[in-house]
Amino acid sequence: MQDRLKELQIEALEKVAAAADLKELNDIRVSYLGKKGPITEVLKGMGKLSAEERPKMGALANEVRDAISGQMEGKQKELEEAAVQKQLAAEEMDVTLPGRPVKMGSHHPLTSIIEEIEDLFIGMGYTVEEGPEVEKDYYNFEALNLPKGHPARDMQDSFYITEETLLRTHTSPVQARTMEKHQGKGPVKIICPGKVYRRDNDDATHSHQFMQIEGLVVDENIRMSDLKGTLEVFAKKLFGEDREIRLRPSFFPFTEPSVEMDISCKICGGSGCSVCKGTGWIEILGAGMVHPNVLEMAGYDSKKYTGFAFGMGPERIAMLKYGVDDIRHFYTNDVRFLKQFSVEE
Amino acid sequence: MLVSYKWLQEYIDLAGISAEELAEKITKSGIEVEGVEKLNEGLKGVVVGHVLECEKHPNAEKLNKTLVDIGSGEPVQIICGAPNVGKGQKVAVATVGAVLPGNFKIKKAKLRGEESNGMICSLQELGIEGKLAPKEYAEGIYNFSSDTEVGQDALEVLNRDDVILELGLTPNRADAMSMLGVAYEVGAILGKEVKIPNPQPKTSSEQASDYIKVTVEAKEDNPLYVAKIIKNVKIGPSPVWLQTRLMSAGIRPHNNVVDVTNFILLEYGQPLHAFDYDKLGSKEILVRRAGNGEVIETLDDVKRTLTPDHLVITNGTEPVALAGVMGGANSEVSSDTTTILLESAYFTGGAIRKASKDHGLRSEASSRYEKGVDPERVRPAAERAVELMVELAGGEVLGGIVEADALDVKPAVVSTTLGKINKILGTTLEMNEVKDIFARLKFATSVDNETITVTVPTRRGDITIEEDLIEEVGRLYGYDNLPTTLPEGPSTPGHLSNYQKKRRLVRHFMEGAGLFQAVTYSLTSAEKATQYALEKYEPVELAMPMSEDRSHLRLSIVPELLEVLKYNNARQNDSVAVYETGAVFLKNSDGELPEEREHLAAAITGLWESHPWQGEKKAVDFFVLKGIVEGLFAKLGLESQLGFQKAELDGLHPGRTAEIFLNGDVIGFIGQVHPTMQKTLDLKETYVFELSLKSLLEAETAPLQYTAIPRFPSITRDIALVVDKKKAAGDLEKIISEAGGSLLKEVSVFDLYEGEKMEHDKKSLAFSLKYFDPEKTLTDEDIAKVHNKVLAKLEEKAGAVLRG
Repeated sequence: MQDRLKELQIEALEKVAAAADLKELNDIRVSYLGKKGPITEVLKGMGKLSAEERPKMGALANEVRDAISGQMEGKQKELEEAAVQKQLAAEEMDVTLPGRPVKMGSHHPLTSIIEEIEDLFIGMGYTVEEGPEVEKDYYNFEALNLPKGHPARDMQDSFYITEETLLRTHTSPVQARTMEKHQGKGPVKIICPGKVYRRDNDDATHSHQFMQIEGLVVDENIRMSDLKGTLEVFAKKLFGEDREIRLRPSFFPFTEPSVEMDISCKICGGSGCSVCKGTGWIEILGAGMVHPNVLEMAGYDSKKYTGFAFGMGPERIAMLKYGVDDIRHFYTNDVRFLKQFSVEE
Repeated sequence: MLVSYKWLQEYIDLAGISAEELAEKITKSGIEVEGVEKLNEGLKGVVVGHVLECEKHPNAEKLNKTLVDIGSGEPVQIICGAPNVGKGQKVAVATVGAVLPGNFKIKKAKLRGEESNGMICSLQELGIEGKLAPKEYAEGIYNFSSDTEVGQDALEVLNRDDVILELGLTPNRADAMSMLGVAYEVGAILGKEVKIPNPQPKTSSEQASDYIKVTVEAKEDNPLYVAKIIKNVKIGPSPVWLQTRLMSAGIRPHNNVVDVTNFILLEYGQPLHAFDYDKLGSKEILVRRAGNGEVIETLDDVKRTLTPDHLVITNGTEPVALAGVMGGANSEVSSDTTTILLESAYFTGGAIRKASKDHGLRSEASSRYEKGVDPERVRPAAERAVELMVELAGGEVLGGIVEADALDVKPAVVSTTLGKINKILGTTLEMNEVKDIFARLKFATSVDNETITVTVPTRRGDITIEEDLIEEVGRLYGYDNLPTTLPEGPSTPGHLSNYQKKRRLVRHFMEGAGLFQAVTYSLTSAEKATQYALEKYEPVELAMPMSEDRSHLRLSIVPELLEVLKYNNARQNDSVAVYETGAVFLKNSDGELPEEREHLAAAITGLWESHPWQGEKKAVDFFVLKGIVEGLFAKLGLESQLGFQKAELDGLHPGRTAEIFLNGDVIGFIGQVHPTMQKTLDLKETYVFELSLKSLLEAETAPLQYTAIPRFPSITRDIALVVDKKKAAGDLEKIISEAGGSLLKEVSVFDLYEGEKMEHDKKSLAFSLKYFDPEKTLTDEDIAKVHNKVLAKLEEKAGAVLRG
């Protein structure tokens, strides 16, 4: 009996060592250690043994079992590891193949510029005001110190619908409307983006429809130095801390004094190049102190209240910022153009 | 306005200030200098030569062989191709070694066997535009007057050693449309004196009033008309100094008399007109509004039909000039003119602007009148002109004064205070600094304590209120010198409105879903304006469109988005997905502004998804776009208020179109573009939607509220139903939802089958129903009760039976 057990142990261990996979190992387990296996068979003959021999034989049988199952445990781990390795090898792939593209649209570049400017001024305490694109002559011109027959109306030939209504030629009527709403009280601090229209033939630098964004501040003690400071903050944030600004006298019927703001040219750093036409400066926006007639017409006491206003063209800013060379690109919506602005800066 | 740096120095001392420095200073303190052009840039080696001999080239029909004295050494032989070269002429010679525009170097050469030591030049060859060269020299070489000294630098004689500043004038600065005006401006910037001409023409004993009488009917349009008579003039070319002054300002020289009028226009900013007195046909000038249909032939040989909006100068009966715009052909000064009637008049802007606009004639004169001339220069300009005419054309000025004067102008007197100046500018100026600025401007001032009163010369008609004075102080003090501050006072919270915030959210959602934002034109054609309109409206039409394509305001965004697709498809961008937010315009009753309603629209075509190496490709379809609409409503918390209902709409596929409902109201549509329309636009299968963004963003939503995570399991029952093919899944879903009551938490379609295993007019739709009770675990009996009710209702209301 003892010999038989030893034989079985040797036999089983050999088979375990030779097992090729987990299934085979399990079969071995069942056939040697199962209830119908040979060890159990052998032990059935225990009854014939003497009382002294019985525990010895029992102990031996357990030894044999433990030896076999111990070996099996090790083998099992080995085979499992091999199986994992095999699976991994089978699952290997070319990680340089392209991934599944995520669908991703983007803001129109003009929207990006407008939102950037909006956010910048919201941070300085402004709210965003909008108004109709079809305007009354009154708000578009008269309330802005441009009475009928004013020569400056020539500067912006307009699309009239009736004698008294037209497509707005600038976003300034929103200023007039907002001031009117405030009923002669301050402070007013607004930024007004929107579409505007002028009688221009579309070409590389003109568009009959374009965007504008304007700002207006009216309060009891608004100075031109405040305008200068505000524009400086704006220009440095939008175009870079290293840019200089300069104010140049100009003329707009709705502001007095009126200025234009230039920023130092990024390309040449101010020494003069083709982008800045040799001047070292690039014109960015028009601005000024709100004309007393405009304040009065909107119901403000111009003795008490002063204000500043500024306005700029997002197309021009986008063209300067991104080097776009033709304003029509903004309105043809070629996806090869639009896709270039998916990047968030 | 083109300003000659050399000419300007006749009025102001510019010693030590280069043209570039001056340009910079002018730009910074008032008028933008848009260009600085050196006239002799890249030119050298051109001298005045004297043609001693001139004969035909022995071997070339069109060439001449000349011998030219160039003032140094022996005369040189030059071969010249100009038809107008001749013996005795004084000409511009580019000597050997000279450089002409375009880096053209002059070398010794042999032309058809004859040596040529230089080139006799035309004005164009020296860099002067052909249209500015005097007509007689436009096609050949230029001749200097016979007393021009040989050998001197011809570029200097031609005033090419000059720099031209191009001023970009804003409409308020009409004062700078003259050399004197610019001199005053520069004087103020530099703090220098301005030298003003002081004409004192000698007059003859004959009285002008015996020759001419002036009457002005239209006194409002023409408050002052001054007439001068000059007898016995000899018309001829102007001297080179005058010709070059005009050319440098962009005006072509004609003859001594006309050139003087143009010179004065440039110098004083006062337009003048010279009539041939003998051609006038009367001894009278009458200024009046034109009659309806009255005709005048202007100097440019165009017959123009007039209306009472236009002002004319007449000889009492016939018009002889379109006032302030252009003279008449009938009284034009020509080479045989001997008596000149000179007009110096003050016309107000209105009638001139109208005439200039109506006739498409913008002349140097009209552009000055439109913006306003200085009434105080009308008389001095006339005096200066006749003095120059006599100097250059001979003759005599008749005595006495002939004018019609109804002028009432006084210099504006404007006051401000030091406090106001500093308050507006944010400065801390002292009164003496302010006074000094006005002194530089040559404005008279008087100071009383804090108040300064300024008498503004009539040349600066743009200054009428105290803010104008403050601007003068600010710009001449220098905006660079202003302090940099930020507004003080109560702080205001900056923010977007709810609407604006949600609109940004919508844009981000659409872009996250894979669509690019487009911006298209609001103006479109009459036809496209009404296409895809959500509501039937007459489109808003422009009174005077620039083209038919842009004549009406859109009622829908979709047509322009389809154009975007078409544009891209034509450029090999086959898969396009775009959206736009923007106003559409709904006409209101007359006199009211149209209603502007913000819409959201999208258009998709081509492939929606493409991952080729994994063999995946998906073209756009109805449900791709519908999913986006559903997602958008969900994002805005409006999922439960959204509905779709099959619809037939113009321009859309009748079987693949739905109206979009918000809370039971139609707010938009979604569908496939009608195949006929797709074909017209050369588009493949294309889907669009458009809805009222306004309605969407203004819809009320329930505030966000947490609901407990379920503690009990839910139980799912799947059913496959057989129904008529036409039965809408949405209707079945509604029946299920209603019958399922509060225990039914979710219904979803998970299968659709319409194949050969079904009767031909039937389909199978499978739904997954999820039951759930927050209070307990549902038993089979609990569910069976509700589920059976659902099945019964489906059969009763839709004839739907469980698929066997």
